[in-house]
Amino acid sequence: MNQKKSKFLISCMIFGYAFLYVPIFLLILYSFNYSPLLPVWGGFSTRWYSRLLESPEVWDATLLSLKIAFISATVATVFGTLAGLALARVGQFRGKTVFTGMISAPLVMPEVITGLSLLLFFITLWQLTGWPQQRGMFTITIAHITFAMAYVAVIIQSRLAGTNRALEEAAMDLGAKPLRVLTDITIPMLAPGMMAGWLLAFTLSLDDLIIASFVSGPGSTTLPMMIYSRIRLGLKPDINALATILIVSVAIGVFIAGWIMLRQQKQRALLANE
Amino acid sequence: MNVQASSDGESQVDYTHSPWLDPSATPFIQIKNINKQFGAFTAVNDVSLDIYKGELFALLGGSGCGKTTLLRMLAGFETPTSGSIIIDGVDMNGIPPYERPVNMMFQSYALFPHMSVHKNIAYGLKREGVAKAERTQRTNEILEMVELEEFAKRKPHQLSGGQRQRVALARALIKRPKVLLLDEPLAALDKRLREQTQFELMNIQEKLGITFVVVTHDQEEAMTLATRIAVMDKGDFEQIGTPAQIYENPRSRFIASFIGSANLLDCAVTKRDGDFYSVSQPGVDQPIVVEYDGELAVGANVTLAVRPEKIHVEKRSVANSSVAQGSNQLNGVVKEMAYLGRLSTYHIVTDSGVLIEVTSPNQSRYRDGNHPIDWDDEVTISFAPQSAVLLTE
Ligand SMILES: Nc1ncnc2c1ncn2[C@@H]1O[C@H](COP(=O)(O)OP(=O)(O)OP(=O)(O)O)[C@@H](O)[C@H]1O
Ligand SMILES: [Mg+2]
Repeated sequence: MNQKKSKFLISCMIFGYAFLYVPIFLLILYSFNYSPLLPVWGGFSTRWYSRLLESPEVWDATLLSLKIAFISATVATVFGTLAGLALARVGQFRGKTVFTGMISAPLVMPEVITGLSLLLFFITLWQLTGWPQQRGMFTITIAHITFAMAYVAVIIQSRLAGTNRALEEAAMDLGAKPLRVLTDITIPMLAPGMMAGWLLAFTLSLDDLIIASFVSGPGSTTLPMMIYSRIRLGLKPDINALATILIVSVAIGVFIAGWIMLRQQKQRALLANE
Repeated sequence: MNVQASSDGESQVDYTHSPWLDPSATPFIQIKNINKQFGAFTAVNDVSLDIYKGELFALLGGSGCGKTTLLRMLAGFETPTSGSIIIDGVDMNGIPPYERPVNMMFQSYALFPHMSVHKNIAYGLKREGVAKAERTQRTNEILEMVELEEFAKRKPHQLSGGQRQRVALARALIKRPKVLLLDEPLAALDKRLREQTQFELMNIQEKLGITFVVVTHDQEEAMTLATRIAVMDKGDFEQIGTPAQIYENPRSRFIASFIGSANLLDCAVTKRDGDFYSVSQPGVDQPIVVEYDGELAVGANVTLAVRPEKIHVEKRSVANSSVAQGSNQLNGVVKEMAYLGRLSTYHIVTDSGVLIEVTSPNQSRYRDGNHPIDWDDEVTISFAPQSAVLLTE
């Protein structure tokens, strides 16, 4: 009975994982296919990767995506950390619960709506102030900052809720002024959370298609946008190669973020075990 | 109190050991009518206290009575709702924690997890702007004092509980504060280590001459460590005094039963003869004589308190009774007894039906079946009029 049950569970699990990972595996596999025809295996080759290197538009799109991801992740980490700090540490104020809830709203908001509302916002802003004159890298970056910031703030807030207020008080007791406490104690304590937040923001920005499509303008095509537009013209193996690179870099980012969080959890567990 | 005979034959109080008895001494810490509200809840209720230089003062009380809150107000982490705190002549009102001449050792130690032991300890000096060479030297000195030299490079999570405790102490001492506040400094240690560390703490305090204010809920710890104790209950001071004063002259029933244990009997005064009062329980004829230096009217209701170890117990059949002349005697039967090695505890029900707890040292060796006093033995208990106290609160 038990044996049967576990067999059933195991097959479910295998099926589930297969469903998740076989397509990705196929994509990676076909990126090394010599044949340009998709379902035909023509032997191992890295020709699509070399072709990718030669195509300037791919390079432009990659560079743009990386730039946006880097800037938005960094800014979102700074602002998200400040927001998280404010929510966790500025005692009780009127409407704190509402603010705390509101910060996580962008996490559950459909991206289409986030994109649309941001587009409306930029248009209104342009009508009122004449700025931004054209949408592009700048507007995409701002859009990514706004939604990534929410993720960072939520991460930081939960980190802070778990940290020991007494550490900051101890530093203050030993002569550290509030700003010093922030740089000497709070930020180092939050560093792993900030790292994790940055990596998350970076990957979120790197693979965002929907919001970027809404707020981008002519001449600013991000990597996901380019992949999507090319796919519509037919499946090409060089896109597989590009996607493979993307998958690998995102996987590395997620892995590092997870590893940092895990390590910090272990350290904290050790300290809590007194 | 140390009383010394001076040359002219008069006795003099030695104020260097008991500054609180010296009317001309200025207190080092003055807590004046401090009140602390959390919303509608009163955590500390209008307390006043003077602490003198070089004292090791203990705040003792049960959980939630406001000890930590009071300590945090001294450190500057909480602002009193009203009242003032003066340390070494300076009013602390509005002075932030980082500018106060006090340091605190936290209940959870609060060691910085991302810094080594050395960095943790040196942190206070670094913030003070002490040059690196001196910093290192002073840190090494204090590491030596707490015997942690070989652990200097470790992180806090690589230390044992006792080692962390000493790091926390060293870190709080390195700036040589005027006052060191310690919140349950030994609570996280096991019993043996705690006893050992108590004496280390006392040695360090004596060596450095820093005024210590220790919070504890362990009355034995308070008795061992402190020059004076303030017993707190529900945000109020119940009694302030030396350990002996509090133990021997408890002010109220609460103190008598909170510090050590005591037999408490509700009585009424029946007769007065100078400082000797006769009291008896309602419905019980036999009076008990107690020496008491206060004023009580005949008929007043009082509580008689006698500590279990101040009562002598012996078998009634003993030929040469050692009961002292003039002491109170009651007959009873042993209902319970517990052998504790050093001591035995007896629960004795007197002929008038009152349960009395008595502890007595085991002077002769117990051997199987040969107990000096056993279950159901008829016994006589006795105590001198000076051994009991009368409580009116
Ligand atoms: N920040 C706060 N907000 C509201 N109530 C508080 C706050 N801090 C303490 N209290 C309350 O004040 C009372 C006294 O707390 P305090 O921490 O001083 O107790 P304590 O004597 O140190 O107890 P323990 O021995 O358990 O540490 C408690 O009833 C507690 O619930
Ligand atoms: Mg406490």
